[in-house]
Amino acid sequence: MKEEQDYIQDITEIRSMMERSSKFLSLSGWAGVMAGIYALTGAYLAYVLFQFNPDEILYASSGSSDLQSVILLATLILILAIGTAFFLSSKKANKRGEKVWNATSRRLLISMSVPLITGGIFILVLLSKGLIGLIAPLTLLFYGLALYNAGKFTIDEVKYLGLTQIGLGLISSYYIEYGLLFWAIGFGVVHIGYGIFIHFKYER
Amino acid sequence: MKISFDDLHKAFESRVRLGIMSALAVNDSLDFTSLKEFLDVTDGNLATHIKKLEKEAFIGVEKSFVDNKPNTKYCITPEGKKAFDEHLNVLEKIIQSQK
Repeated sequence: MKEEQDYIQDITEIRSMMERSSKFLSLSGWAGVMAGIYALTGAYLAYVLFQFNPDEILYASSGSSDLQSVILLATLILILAIGTAFFLSSKKANKRGEKVWNATSRRLLISMSVPLITGGIFILVLLSKGLIGLIAPLTLLFYGLALYNAGKFTIDEVKYLGLTQIGLGLISSYYIEYGLLFWAIGFGVVHIGYGIFIHFKYER
Repeated sequence: MKISFDDLHKAFESRVRLGIMSALAVNDSLDFTSLKEFLDVTDGNLATHIKKLEKEAFIGVEKSFVDNKPNTKYCITPEGKKAFDEHLNVLEKIIQSQK
């Protein structure tokens, strides 16, 4: 016959199993901080080096090579941020004795990828039509939607991070002239704040 | 209300089986490898426990092929869900009654 302690242990394990098997919990706070730093650096470089600061929807930068440089820069930041997130998450997962590529991380990535790929293609279309001014707000919007969607499969904070990005995206779509600034706030400052919060809440 | 320990289903006596049911209760379906990773048990051990739960008709099996490799997915049946929920209720009552 089992003891009371055993039943309490049973319930603890049931709870832990339900959480572990439905949510990916190895997201790293530091990855958020790093992504924020890349984004701030990128926004600064785009502004200072390439004078990129779209102030209207049909924005023509001083030269097409500048626009190409900005796109290249943005792609580089994206790769760096994703790479860091993946690296730090797999480190954290290993430490917790989990595999980084499991049923929960797969679901997390799939739920993110639908809004992200939709947004990515949509932004490429706008780029080809010269609607440069809408690109920064739309990256915020679609990224926010992706996070909100992914929030079901990881820690709840990701959902709120998503809502924040959606809000910033909507505001900046109205105030196009501050697009780069809002982009830097969303991808930079908010990421850093979120990362620090996650670090202190879950990683200490 | 009197709580009897007999209300606890025999199938859930094992931690592994309880773990399988917990994981399947919150997932539409899971394949063998995912279950194995979550539970941290050997193939043979997991297979034995799965068979037992299958016999009780608490879990269902869905066989398919992914890239020509057999892929077996497991899901909780309505009976399994009901039994698991009842088991949880009994556990809760036992703990409350002893407080």
